[in-house]
Parts: sequence; C-alpha cells; structure tokens
Amino acid sequence: MSPYILSLFNVSKSFPGVRALHDVSLALKAGEVTALVGENGAGKSTIVKILTGIYTPDTGEIRVRDAVKTFASPRDSWSAGIAAIHQETVMFDELTVAENIFMGHMPVKSTRLVDWALMKAEAAALLKRVDAGFSPDTKLKDLSVAQKHLVEITRALSHDASLIIMDEPTAALSRNEIDDLFRIIAQLKAEGRAILFISHKFDEIFRLADSFVCLRDGEKVGDGPISSVTEAKLVSLMVGRPIDQVFPKRDIAIGETVLTVKDLSNATEFADVSFDLRKGEILGFYGLVGAGRSEIMQCLFGLTQPIRGTVTLNGQSIKLTSPEQSIAAGISYVPEDRQHQGAVLDLSIRENVTLVSIAQHVRGLFLNRKSELDATRSLGHRLDVRAAHWEQRLADLSGGNQQKVVIAKWLAAHPKVIILDEPTKGIDVGSKAAVHEFIGELAEQGLAVILVSSELPEIMGLADRVLVMKEGRIVATFNRGSWSAEAIVSAATGAREAA
Amino acid sequence: MSNATQRTEVLDREPFRWSNLFLRWEFILALLLIGVMVMGTVISKYFLDIWTLSDATFNFSEKAIIALPMALLILTREIDLSVAAIIALASLAMGLCAGLGYGPWALAAIGLVVGLACGVFNGLLVTKIGLPSIVVTIGTMSLFRGLAQVVLGDQAITTYPAGFSTLGQGYLIKWPPIAWSFALFLILAAIFAVALHRTAFGRRLYAIGNNPTAAKFSGIPVEKYKLVLFSLTGLMAGLAAFLLTSRIGSTRSNIALGWELDIITMVILGGVSIAGGVGTVGGVVLAVFILGFATLALSLINVPGIVISVLMGLLLIVSIAVPIMIRRVMGFRGV
Amino acid sequence: MNLLLKNRELALALIVGVMITGIGLYAPAFVSPDNLAYVLDDTSILFMMAMAQMMVILTRGIDLSVASNLALSGMFSASLAQNFPELPVIAYIALAVVSGTLLGLFNGSLISWLGIPPIAMTLGTLAAYRGLIVVYGGGNQVNASEMGDIFQNFPKTPVLGVTATFWIMVVLAISFWIFLGQTRTGRGLYAVGGNPVAARYCGVDLKRQQLLVYVVSGAIAGLCGYLWVARYGVAYSEIASGFELTVIAACVIGGVSIAGGVGTVVGTLLGALFFGVIVNALPVMQITPFWQMAISGAVILAAVMINARGEQRAGKLILPEARRAAAGGKA
Repeated sequence: MSPYILSLFNVSKSFPGVRALHDVSLALKAGEVTALVGENGAGKSTIVKILTGIYTPDTGEIRVRDAVKTFASPRDSWSAGIAAIHQETVMFDELTVAENIFMGHMPVKSTRLVDWALMKAEAAALLKRVDAGFSPDTKLKDLSVAQKHLVEITRALSHDASLIIMDEPTAALSRNEIDDLFRIIAQLKAEGRAILFISHKFDEIFRLADSFVCLRDGEKVGDGPISSVTEAKLVSLMVGRPIDQVFPKRDIAIGETVLTVKDLSNATEFADVSFDLRKGEILGFYGLVGAGRSEIMQCLFGLTQPIRGTVTLNGQSIKLTSPEQSIAAGISYVPEDRQHQGAVLDLSIRENVTLVSIAQHVRGLFLNRKSELDATRSLGHRLDVRAAHWEQRLADLSGGNQQKVVIAKWLAAHPKVIILDEPTKGIDVGSKAAVHEFIGELAEQGLAVILVSSELPEIMGLADRVLVMKEGRIVATFNRGSWSAEAIVSAATGAREAA
Repeated sequence: MSNATQRTEVLDREPFRWSNLFLRWEFILALLLIGVMVMGTVISKYFLDIWTLSDATFNFSEKAIIALPMALLILTREIDLSVAAIIALASLAMGLCAGLGYGPWALAAIGLVVGLACGVFNGLLVTKIGLPSIVVTIGTMSLFRGLAQVVLGDQAITTYPAGFSTLGQGYLIKWPPIAWSFALFLILAAIFAVALHRTAFGRRLYAIGNNPTAAKFSGIPVEKYKLVLFSLTGLMAGLAAFLLTSRIGSTRSNIALGWELDIITMVILGGVSIAGGVGTVGGVVLAVFILGFATLALSLINVPGIVISVLMGLLLIVSIAVPIMIRRVMGFRGV
Repeated sequence: MNLLLKNRELALALIVGVMITGIGLYAPAFVSPDNLAYVLDDTSILFMMAMAQMMVILTRGIDLSVASNLALSGMFSASLAQNFPELPVIAYIALAVVSGTLLGLFNGSLISWLGIPPIAMTLGTLAAYRGLIVVYGGGNQVNASEMGDIFQNFPKTPVLGVTATFWIMVVLAISFWIFLGQTRTGRGLYAVGGNPVAARYCGVDLKRQQLLVYVVSGAIAGLCGYLWVARYGVAYSEIASGFELTVIAACVIGGVSIAGGVGTVVGTLLGALFFGVIVNALPVMQITPFWQMAISGAVILAAVMINARGEQRAGKLILPEARRAAAGGKA
C-alpha cells in the first residue's frame, strides 16, 4: 500500500476567462504536514475546493490511497476521509457545539432517532482531546473565534479523517491559541493523519511542515521536503522573481499633512488609533487578518460610527456619519471584498465606473451617456482595463480587471485621500503589477494613499511608512529604510522575540 | 501608466447582433402581446374594437399604476404586499370625508395623503428598524384592511359628491377613446421609464438591486432610496384608490381584495427579477397589456374570472421558469 | 427579566397566560373547561398549518399557497363524500392528504429543481389552486346535507373531553417535535436555513430539503382541508381565503425568523394559541369580530419588531478587553 493518503495527478480547472489550476500534481503522506504555499490567487483555494468536492476538476485524477475517486459532492469527499477547516469558520450559530461537530453524520439509535447522549458524550471526549474548556451544549454563537476553530478541528476528529485540510487556521488566533493548535497538529500527525496546511506565515510553515508544495498562477512551481528550501527561496518561488525587483519604489516628494486621525475608538473593534497622512505619501497598514485594520478604514469612510476621537482633513474637522459625507469630503475607499463590496457585477463597466461620480454626468435632469463614456474610456485606458467593450458586464471580466474598474470608480470621484484595502487580493500577477504601478502613480500625482495589505512584500515595496496593528491597536510604526520583515511580522504577531 | 505596454482596443459598445435582440425579454413579451391580440381577434368578433379595448383599460389601469412603483421596489429586492389594503384604507378615508361634505378634489387629495402615509409607515419599519419587507407588509396588509373593517364592518359607503365619478369613469379624449385612468397610467409609465433609465436616481436603483452592499460602499444612501420607493408605492396606491372609488362609487372593506397578487404578477411577468437588479419599465408595460387584453379575450368568451386567475397564476410561474430553463439548455452557468 | 428576554417561549407562554387570566377575570365563562377545550379544538387547524409553515420558513422559504391547497383538497374530499357517502372516513382523509401532497410536490419540485423563488412560486399557486376549485366544481358548493355523517362526524368525535381534531394535532405536534429535534434530517433543516454554504460542506442537501418541506407543507394543508370542510360543513371556492397570512403571522409571533434557521415547535404552537385566544375572546369581550384582522396586523408588527431587537448583532470582538467582557458576560 502506498504511503500516500491522497494524490492529485495532472489536475486542471478553468472558469470562464480564468485558468485557476493547470496540470497540478501533489501527494500527501500519512503522518506528514504538507504546506501549500502561494500568493493570493495562485490556486490554493481551488485545490481546497476540489479536495472537498465543491468543484470537480476539468481534467486529471484524484486518488485516495490507490483508488481513483471522483468527488461529485462534499459528501463524497467527506466519506473518503477528508475534512477541511476553513479560513473563516463556516458553521451554525444557532445550533449547539455537539450538533456542529456532528452535522451530516450524527449518531443515531436503532430507531433512527439522533442519539443525543452518545453524541454529547463523544463530543465531550473530543473536546477534551483538544483541551476545549466549553461544554458540547453551548450554542456556537456564544463562542469566540478561536473556540469556533476548535469546534471545526473537533469536527474533523469526530470523523476520524485521514486527511485534514487547514486553510489559514491561525489567521484569527492569538499567540497562545496558536501554540495550542500546533500541539494538536503534532498529535494528529502522530496518529498517522495527513495534514495539508495553508498559511502565509513563514515561521509557522518552517516550524510545522515536513514538505511543501508551491503554486504560482495556477501551476505548481516547486515541491519537496521543507528542509530543502530557505525562506528566501520559497518567496522567490511564490513571486517568480526576487522581492526587491517587484516594486520599483518611486521617488516622491512628500507634502503637507492631509489627514489627521486622533484617538479614534470604537466599542469593540479598535481603540486609540492616531496617525497622520501627508500628500504624496503611501501609508501602509500591516497586521494579521482580523487585527482591526479594515474596521478602522470603514469607520474613516463613515460606514460605522466611532465612540470617540477626531478626524481632520486639510485642517478641517470632519464628522464620520455616512459614506456620502466621506466621499464629499474627499475620502475614497476601495474595499477588501471586491465581489460583495466593490463591484456591481451585473452592471456594465461604464455604469460601475460612473457609479460614485454619477452627478458629474447629469445634464439638466438626465444622464448623458456620452459624457459617461468619455470618463470611462479615459480612466479605463489609464488603468489598462482589458475588455471587449465598455458596455460589457463586470461579471465577464477577470478578477484583476474587475479590480481596476473598482479603482477607476473611486478615482472618478476625485478624492484627496484614497484608502486601498487589500487591493491585489486574489488577482492575477499581470493585473497586480499594473495596480502596484498605479498606486505609485497616484501618490506621485499628490494623492494621499492608505494601503492596507497582508502581503509583506507588497507593503514593504510600496509604503513610505508602515503602521502595524494587533488586536485593534497600533502597536508599532516603521519608516522606510529602518525596517525589516522580521521586525514587522514580530510586531504583528506579538512574538516575544520582537525588538 | 503613461508608458504602459501595448493596450487592448476596447470598443465603445457591443457590436450589434440580432440574437441579442431576440433574446431580450421585452422582445419575447412583444411577441406574446401580438399573440394575445391575434388570439383575441380569432376567438371573439367583439375583441378588435376600439370601444371594447378602451373599456378593458378601465379594468387594469388602476392596478398598472401601482405596478410601476412596485417594479422599482422589487428591483431593489423589496416587496409591498399591503398595496391593496392601502387602497381599502384610502378609499375609507375618502368615503368618510365625503360624508363630511368635502368636494371631489379634496377627496382625491385625501386619498393620496392617506396612501402616502401608509407607504411612509411601511418604509420606516423596513428601513429604520431593518425588518424584512415581506413580514412588515403582511402585517400592515392585515392592519390597514383590518382598520377599514373595524370602521365599515359589512357596510358600504356609497354617497359621493356629484362630479366625483368623472375621473374614474370618464374619458380624457373622446376619440380615440382614452380613459382618464388609462391616460394617467401612460403618463406615469413614461415618467417612471425616464426616471429609471435616464436619471442618476434610476442608475442607483439598479446598483442597489444588484449589490446592496457595494451600493452602500459607493456612497448611495440605500435606506433613504428604499424609503422613497415605499412612499411612492403608497402614493400610487392612494391614486389607484381614488380612481377605483370614483369608478365604482362605493367603498367596502373588501375593496380591491387580492389585487397585490395581480400587481406582482404584472411586475414579474414584465421581467423584473425577485432577486433584484433586473427589469425595465417597458417590460412591465408590455406585461400589463398582455395580462389586460388576455383577460378581456377570455371574458369575452365567458371564461369565469376565477379560471382566468388560474391561468394568471400559471403564467407567473411559467414566466419565471422558462428563462431559467432556456439558460440551462443554452448552457449558461450561474455563479 | 434577562431570562425572559433570552427565552422567547417562556415569555410568550407568560403573555398568553396573562391574557387568558385577564379575559377569565372579565368573563369567567371563557376559562370554563368546556370553553377552553373549544378554543383548543378551534385553533387546532392553525396549530398544524403553522408547524408546517415553520418548517418551510426554517429553510429560508415561504409557502403562500397553503390556504388555497387546503380549500382545493377539502373540495376534492367533500366531493368524494358527496358521491360516496358510505366510505370509511379514512378514504376521505387519504384523498385530501394525497391531493395536498401532490400540490405541495408541484411547489417543491419547481422550487428545488428550477430554483424559482419560493415567494413567486407559491404566489402563483395561491391563485392557481384556488381557481382550480371552480374549474373542478363548476362553481358549485358542497353543503353539509350532501356530505354524509361519516364524513362530518369524525373530526368532532369527543375523545377524553376534547375532539379528535385536537388529538390529531397533538400527534402531529409530537411528530414534528421528534422530527425537527431528534432526526438527522430535522437538524439538517436548521443547518440549511442557518448557513446554506456550511450545510453544503457538511453534505446536507438543500434541494432535497426544499422538496421535503413543501411536500410536507402540502400534505398537512390537505389534511387540514378535510378537517376544515368536515368541521364547518361546507366546501366552496372561498373557504380559508387569506388564512395563509394568519398561519405566517402565528409563526412570526412564535419567534420563527423569516431569515431562516430559527424556530421551534413550542414557540410556533404558542404563537398560534395567541391567535386562537384572541379570536375566541373577542365575542366574549363583546368586541365585534371585525377587529380581528386589525389586531392580528398590529400583533405581527409588534412581534417582528421584538424579534429584530433580539437578532441585532454588535461589531466584531477584536479588542482584547471587548473579548474578555463578552466571555465574562456569558460565563
């Protein structure tokens, strides 16, 4: 019998206009942690979805042990012994912990009724194995994010899964919680299970993994034992070229202060946030997912209201009560979640580009299509939007081009401050380069830019200053030239070795 | 990117293709309307007569007037099931005031104000408290008609001032005969069409319907827009209440009972998607004519009203099912 | 107080209890065992329909066609009794249930296979099913004198002081309670309504669930069609017109969330009982029955507003102190 619990052979998957995976093979060994690395959009989540039966591959083969399998539904994958723990816990708030653990495979008595006693006892035993301090009767909505993660892990254990996929399981966890998780992973390994571990954090990868598989643009660009690579080698595999050359930092004269934020606080999400932003400056916000960065930006944009603190724009104090007012004051916000918050997929490129600035195209009472088209054409060319025609639905464009349209929408509003929240998340390398170059161009033209990013190379390549956030507070500030990747990451994760 | 690499040529608009025209829902509706007219002419010799057709407009114009704002509501993922109950309450208010000796124009104003107030009430509950519109309007549907029932019981108000019936029963133009209510519908349809398809207001409605979160993130005051639409729906229900009361000259608590169904059928057959973001005023107007004239043709050959409602119910289902099936057969995939 | 806010069922039970006591103080006849038995019997159909509707709403759906289904199935059953008055009663019931099931199957299959929005689908069948009564019966009604005694007597048969209708309801309520609380499929309904994407990852199939709930909803509507017609002794096109709204209202009052995934059998029963008490108390309180509709409208609005308050969610818990506070509050 082969030592491999699961293998993929030459798997490819395409979506209209996007090649998500091309000819990828990988094999996962029992008792090993395999790290799946790659930038956002490299194809990691497509692999997870294929392994969990959400997508079926266009070509290629899945083998469990040595038998060829097709996963037509999540149930097939589950019965083949595969369990996944997702980036954001996706479970049932209104149900109890025990039900969440056993949903889809609850133990039943001979009468076909759910055996609650057995289910609770088993859940309690499993929870004990992961040292969870809550009862199986607790409703899920009463748990913290970390505790919900434990429930998901317990769910995988309940099934005695031979392959456990962990998709950025540490993103929302504190240091201690991460240590607990690693202890559990070691235990799972010792029990002979295979683990596919997806993470952006190199320290975790090198601490935990036995082997790695690296993806770039949907293709496998490297694999092998983790001991055979260094961090630098892994980064260059992921990015495709050495990091310094990716972002030619422009020399921009930084002008007077545009935006001053003082003691901005919200009840549960962030506290005592103070910073200022100058003309021509690119200010980076780095931190782990869930550190409160997006929440601050949404507050600056008027989507939520602060409980205290002041915001001054060009010397004038502004009230943050609604997006309309923030837009009128000159703040633009390109949100993180393009599909839900940024793009209106069923409207055309033209209608998206002019959505915020529509008042500029009103003649008398009516919209002037030609004026809209002129604005779209000029911004579209500037951002190098690739499309067949300007009336094309946004849904038909690639992710990168959609993102360019969303940025164009915000530039059309002539902002003084533009906030970019993970602007290159999940877009292809070509579009990514275009967006990066464009961010530099914006600063050069005198805009003040806030760049929220979880990608260290991106933020170190573009920003003049970096503010690091952890658990809702700014914990460190770094200036260009006096920073190191290690110092920034340590500040964000709260590692003890932080300077 | 001043020095960017080679750019792709992007056309200003999609090259014209006949197949795109043929696949438009409005085109299919137009064919259906022609079909209805031909069928009507074939099955009844009375059908294709200017007076017959003009008479038929009395029966659908009031509903059609409400279908216009309802289309905008459904376009933005909301719904108002209380419109027929608003008619009952507005009609009651007019009846009571008629008893106090108010003249026809004052009564019209009262009908409009009561309708508007009901619409604002719905809108506030949905937008300020954030309740689902389907539950809110099921509640107000009972409340509004219930209030009419409390006052009227099983009685009717039938005394209206002289001249009150002019607008509901009369004609704006004698030849060709165009009824006041029908003329109002046509004018309002034109206004709604322009507002939806040619103004910033309309563009924002589409954005809200397609993606309310992105609309909000684009600085569109989504809740305010929805409040306006609920108010507008109430106002149009008030107008319809005035026209209907004026036409039939009486107010009972069961006036316009079940109309919400006919109105929503008009809107959905017109191609407005209940999932939001899709639909045109032109489609709704075509659907109004299809339903109105199909009803006329069937009643001319003595098909009972309730049987017609079976057909209308099935038509509603078919009009949603067919596009879904076409899409499946043609292999388009939803994401 | 906190406990009351947290436990809707308890709060609702208290409100209903206070209502009954208040009415009893004003009109002692209302709380006599006979009258209470009558109220339970009179509300039984609403109890059953509300439980079925709750199941539909759990999956984020809605079934507006239930009252029309009830009327049509009742008509079929009455018409069988008119033609064959001597059959065993089970035959009349079976016909009504089969008819209701098929009508529900039509809703369910188009909703689950074609993905037609439930509100549009059942709005269409609301009109169509009611119209079919006239198409079938030619606009005639079946009167009590034509139905025969076997058909009419069964629902009113007293068992232990209450009618058979009530006991049927009790059996159904227990079945629903077991199904929703004690079976995999039942718990799956909560999963599908609470989080359809996660449910899919867990292998819970939305389409199968949808088909199931509309079929069950139809079957119950059919059964109630027989009970309704036999009880009131008449079958024609207008019976139970608008009853779907009362049914949905009972669910909303009982704490069922229209957004799906939240609702209990006990809560729904209390919501329906609330209605039953109001309807039956109005004549006792010498209020005209014309108030009934307005009161139910006001009660629906009040209930949905109270529910919304409970469902409001605060921001994310990112600050350590906020997390500690939340954890402390729960312990």
